[in-house]
Amino acid sequence: MCGLCGVLGNDGDWTESAAIPSAGARPTRRAQRLRCVRIVNVVLAQFSLHVADWQGAKYQLTTRTGRTELVDNLAQVWQAAERIIGRACDPLEPALIARLDGIKRIG
Amino acid sequence: MQQETTFIPVNVITGFLGSGKTTLLRRLLAAPELTDTAVLVNEFGEVGLDHHLLRRLNDEIVLLQSGCLCCTIRGDLSAAMRGLYSQRERGEIPAFRRLAVETTGLADPVPILSTIMTEPVLRHHFRLGNVVTTVDAVNGLRHLESQAESAKQAAVADRIVITKTDIAAEGDVAELRRQLARLNPAAPKLDTAPSLPLDPESLLTRDLYDLDGRAEEVRRWLAIESEGPRSPTPHRHDVDVNRHDARIHAFCLRFEQPLDWTAFGIWLTMLLQHHGTDVLRVKGMLNVAEGSGPVVIHGVQHLVHPPDHLPEWPDDDRSSRIVFIVRGLSRDSIERSLSAFARLGALVSESV
Repeated sequence: MCGLCGVLGNDGDWTESAAIPSAGARPTRRAQRLRCVRIVNVVLAQFSLHVADWQGAKYQLTTRTGRTELVDNLAQVWQAAERIIGRACDPLEPALIARLDGIKRIG
Repeated sequence: MQQETTFIPVNVITGFLGSGKTTLLRRLLAAPELTDTAVLVNEFGEVGLDHHLLRRLNDEIVLLQSGCLCCTIRGDLSAAMRGLYSQRERGEIPAFRRLAVETTGLADPVPILSTIMTEPVLRHHFRLGNVVTTVDAVNGLRHLESQAESAKQAAVADRIVITKTDIAAEGDVAELRRQLARLNPAAPKLDTAPSLPLDPESLLTRDLYDLDGRAEEVRRWLAIESEGPRSPTPHRHDVDVNRHDARIHAFCLRFEQPLDWTAFGIWLTMLLQHHGTDVLRVKGMLNVAEGSGPVVIHGVQHLVHPPDHLPEWPDDDRSSRIVFIVRGLSRDSIERSLSAFARLGALVSESV
């Protein structure tokens, strides 16, 4: 599913497919989503941004000055982040990788 | 996603101008296994196609306002596929079980793949099957070097058919095979000189969603790992920027520890958001920390198939292996980046 186009709604986003096929052993969708938000926030903090789950349906992206955007899926989180801060959110950037590698614990 | 096995598979037949797409299609359609295949072609070319389920496409292309080029929806293809499906459901045409779409020679195939995979109606009835790319042994090398579309057609292929080998110099065919192996090591390269038999099943029907063949398909992707890197990590000073295929290379990453599925999804969406046009293909089998069997991932540029769960591992190796075909991105930076994100997943788990 391509998030760049943004016209297809948020159904069928591949990242939301659970890794475990059997329903019994699977964490709840809400638990998965909150865990996802925690990891994304570690990365977004490097760009002075924060994301929160919005009713299990969208992501609410916020800047330190309070500017807020709602987006449908993870791809759109990165797209909106780049637009808001006006520069690239490149996971291959050596400085970003070095900062992430330097994190010892997540509170 | 198990329901995908009931969808109508769509094979995209692509290849540069004059590379023999229509000839290949004509030979395939003559095979008894493919009598229930519907066909969409861009133009009625010089090689006559005689088939009861043949439709023609025009070239209407809709570029989504906020969209990237690779996610263009082909309006003509969408309308033609909807029309065919509707006629099939009403019983006006035979209930075809497969669709073949022939692209124009100059086409970037990704908008066609994008239409099949993401168009809101089509993706509930059709699924993408093998992408078959024809490369002509006489002119193929020159096209790969000088035409961006040709290199991309070869890089996104699931099967590469080398045509006109009967009239090309032996040395040219060998060099073409070497270049194709570098651009896309995971795709089988088939020779289709007129005197050779053609196996339609190996070209079209054996794919990731074919229950009998998918373990073999995954094994084939991953076999490139044992063959070593296909080209050194590109450095700016040794790349001829005028050669369109020079910056495309393939490699396989291996992770011995199970990967955190959530962290992997976060990483790949971020990578594809920023570098999607340069990630031509991603294929892999992941040992995810949260699951028991392998998870198969499969993407073309920004488009990622829903992950598929295999019931069992194809061999004793339980490590995650991911094949990338990229343009100008280094293996080392991708590996270090994914490792950093996977580590974040582990840190979050520890903190709970």
